Amino acid sequence: MPDKSHCKILNEPFDPWKETQLYQQDQLEQGKYGATASFVGTMRDFNQGDNVTSMTLEHYPGMTESYLDKICEEARQRWNLLDCLIIHRVGEIQPNDPIVLTVVWSAHRKEAFEACRYLMEELKSRAPFWKKEGLDEGHRWVDKNTPG
Amino acid sequence: MSITVKFFARLREQVGHAELTLDSAGDVQSAWDQATQNMDMPDNTLCAINMEYVDASTRVQDGDEVAFFPPVTGGSHAR
Repeated sequence: MPDKSHCKILNEPFDPWKETQLYQQDQLEQGKYGATASFVGTMRDFNQGDNVTSMTLEHYPGMTESYLDKICEEARQRWNLLDCLIIHRVGEIQPNDPIVLTVVWSAHRKEAFEACRYLMEELKSRAPFWKKEGLDEGHRWVDKNTPG
Repeated sequence: MSITVKFFARLREQVGHAELTLDSAGDVQSAWDQATQNMDMPDNTLCAINMEYVDASTRVQDGDEVAFFPPVTGGSHAR
């Protein structure tokens, strides 16, 4: 796999399916991949029993990109992958907006499923992103990760 | 040369600034003490030097960027 960045941080809403299709057309060699596994995280309008009206995603510019690249690289070393992609939103996010996309391409499904899960779980525990929820009354920082 | 100290998310709000500069610091804990005027560091605080996770006892070098932040995405941290 060529040495390039597979990660993007976006301030604007994005369409995960279009991004997947575009990346696949531009970066993957047709006929070589037999499995594509993807995960999309979307903003809910509820959390911990409250209505959530908006969310602000803060990050640490520079460190975020570095850790996303690191996580992709680890997945490439651990499994036999053709390629992987991570796209993550930051800034003001509305309910139903996609927040994160992870995609893995491999020859066979086992690697794709396992590596896609790995990207998501590692991202949640290591990449420096923080969520602040807007509620009906006020704001709150999210302290708890939902169980996988 | 100097040391840049950054705070993110809830910690930025608690400390009251996003970034400041120190002339020197022995280790990460002392950078925190100087930058926050000896506030207690919350137990779950994560520390980084030059965008790599470190412990609070790690030595700080001239020119380093030291960052403090809460657990990421609200999750538990596994380095």
